[in-house]
Amino acid sequence: MSIFEAILLTVITASTPLVIAALGELVTERSGVLNLGVEGMMIMGAVAAFAGAQTSGSPYVGIICGIAAGALFSLLFAFLTLTLVANQVATGLALTLLGLGASGMLGEPYVSVPGIRLEEIVVPILSDIPVIGHVLFRQDLIFYLSIALVIGVSWFLFRSRAGLKLRAIGDSHTSAHALGIGVIRTRYLAVMFGGACAGLAGAQLSLVYTPQWAENMSAGRGWITLALVVFASWRPWRVFAGGYLFGAVTILQLHAQAFGLGIPSQFLSMLPYAATIVVLIIISHNRRTTMINTPASLGKAFVPER
Amino acid sequence: MRIELEKRAEVSKLFAFVSPLLALVLTLAFGAIMFAMLGKDPVGSLDAFFVEPLLEVWSLHELAIKAAPLILIAVGLAVCYRSNNWNIGAEGQFTIGAITGSYLPIVFYDWHSPLVLPLMLILGALGGALFAAIPALLKAHFNTNEILTSLMLVYIAQLFLDWLVRGAWRDPQGFNFPVSRDFAPEAVLPAIWEESGRAHWAFIFAIIAAIGVWFMLRYTLKGFEIIVLGQSERAGRFAGFSSKKMIWFSFLFSGALAGLAGISEVSGSIGHLQPAISPGYGFTAIIVAFLGRLNPLGIIASGLVLALTYLGGEAAQLSLGVSDKVTRVFQGLLLFFVLSCDTLIYYKIRIVWSRLRSGAA
Repeated sequence: MSIFEAILLTVITASTPLVIAALGELVTERSGVLNLGVEGMMIMGAVAAFAGAQTSGSPYVGIICGIAAGALFSLLFAFLTLTLVANQVATGLALTLLGLGASGMLGEPYVSVPGIRLEEIVVPILSDIPVIGHVLFRQDLIFYLSIALVIGVSWFLFRSRAGLKLRAIGDSHTSAHALGIGVIRTRYLAVMFGGACAGLAGAQLSLVYTPQWAENMSAGRGWITLALVVFASWRPWRVFAGGYLFGAVTILQLHAQAFGLGIPSQFLSMLPYAATIVVLIIISHNRRTTMINTPASLGKAFVPER
Repeated sequence: MRIELEKRAEVSKLFAFVSPLLALVLTLAFGAIMFAMLGKDPVGSLDAFFVEPLLEVWSLHELAIKAAPLILIAVGLAVCYRSNNWNIGAEGQFTIGAITGSYLPIVFYDWHSPLVLPLMLILGALGGALFAAIPALLKAHFNTNEILTSLMLVYIAQLFLDWLVRGAWRDPQGFNFPVSRDFAPEAVLPAIWEESGRAHWAFIFAIIAAIGVWFMLRYTLKGFEIIVLGQSERAGRFAGFSSKKMIWFSFLFSGALAGLAGISEVSGSIGHLQPAISPGYGFTAIIVAFLGRLNPLGIIASGLVLALTYLGGEAAQLSLGVSDKVTRVFQGLLLFFVLSCDTLIYYKIRIVWSRLRSGAA
């Protein structure tokens, strides 16, 4: 395997959780709900996936546990913001704080326990293509899922009736309600889809990226995900491209550290966060285009008239 | 079963007062269940967590030490949140304040003068304010989401501190540990009442800040401006207030208080710089601000409650053998319950048991 292939492989591993979690948040936000709790749902997914894999001995059970943990945890957020119309920003923060605490507590028995890595699935024939074959067709299940999700979410939002309804709710919940679309129910489902994706992204962290459990191992990726959705102006394929851009920054930064450029490692570690800020500036400085792209009801509470 | 909300004609004054207390009770009830599930005696555990730390004088001092940064930061955040500016990066402003404030006692450690301490405090507040100026500038001029930028800056601040204590500011006599040299006695924030415990002046700063901001919000034009712009930017514009200037004001103000909290913590409690100087004070202060109803006097009370969760966590670790992560869980739960109980202030809640009955009515 060439160095080039090796770098590509690590970029993919670093990008996959970002793409998955951002796709989930994209669907949530398209329905008009701003869930800032991605970091919390992701870390809950990571710890649940690790625990599930350890107890059962199978990383696939771990994946299911991660998805379930993310979705269940997001229900808390949905109940508070949709049923009790609590402030979405504050509730999202609460979800993250609670997730970081609870995962630390639940994960304590698993610290420094050797993890189980999700094995690769080799696609016959295609994997024999030089360079691309090795990089794209000898991957773990979660990578294939991430590609399926990009295609699926994109199809759902722009080609299906349910997706049209979801976007309508995100743009004007009062009109959608008047048309008889179940605003609250759709939003519950959208939030849970976001939670499930964040949980799956967390599972990737503790089963593929670094197959082990460490406290706070999500390291701000949930927050970067939120920036990615803005960066992508709420479009699935741009989330995909953006996720890979950020994954590449993360990995090149690591390679630069190993290479020893004479720049202190801490400054290189700042790069993904600094890049997020720079990207946000570039994307949002044109007030008008952001206004057009943002779902119009994003972050606004909806109480049906009775 | 379904839950229906009905908007109250008027905001309930009763529930505005009761809801934080209700949230506390619910958190304790859930805490009891959690301890029971961990196989501990629930009553004894809650007693060890929330009551025993209050029974001794030295531990009341520790409470004041932990409450001070929480109150200082939360009071600043309350100004931000009331004006609808979401500064989530107080943890970073706290860290940078600690760094800029430590410049004198670390770089000019030979300079002994009574001026050192006041200058340190000023530098700390300035550092925090300057760091908060970054998200303010980006929000005011580039329309950038301040939640995300202020948060990204937390990671940058922590990495910068890490680099300083492992590199340029590492103590040459520190046996290669990543710590700076210890502050000289004139650079240490004095204790309030040395005979009985460690509590230092930061607590007094916190009380002064809370009362000052309470006065500002209630009796000054600036306070009125903050509240009007927070409730409706449009109404504020008609009144001739500038939301752009408010972004700057609220961020610089909260950043300065967070920076002051940072240098006070380092100078009063730790005595040198090290890679980790905060057990998440900047994030916990968000809970403090909400539990205190974004009211500075309420924040004094809620700061003490949240400080107790830190002390209780340490106690629980020693006496119950429970992980100190329990602290974070309690803090998160508390914020959840505060937010859900707040619904009662604006809405009547009705539980409808079946679809049919509500249709018939």
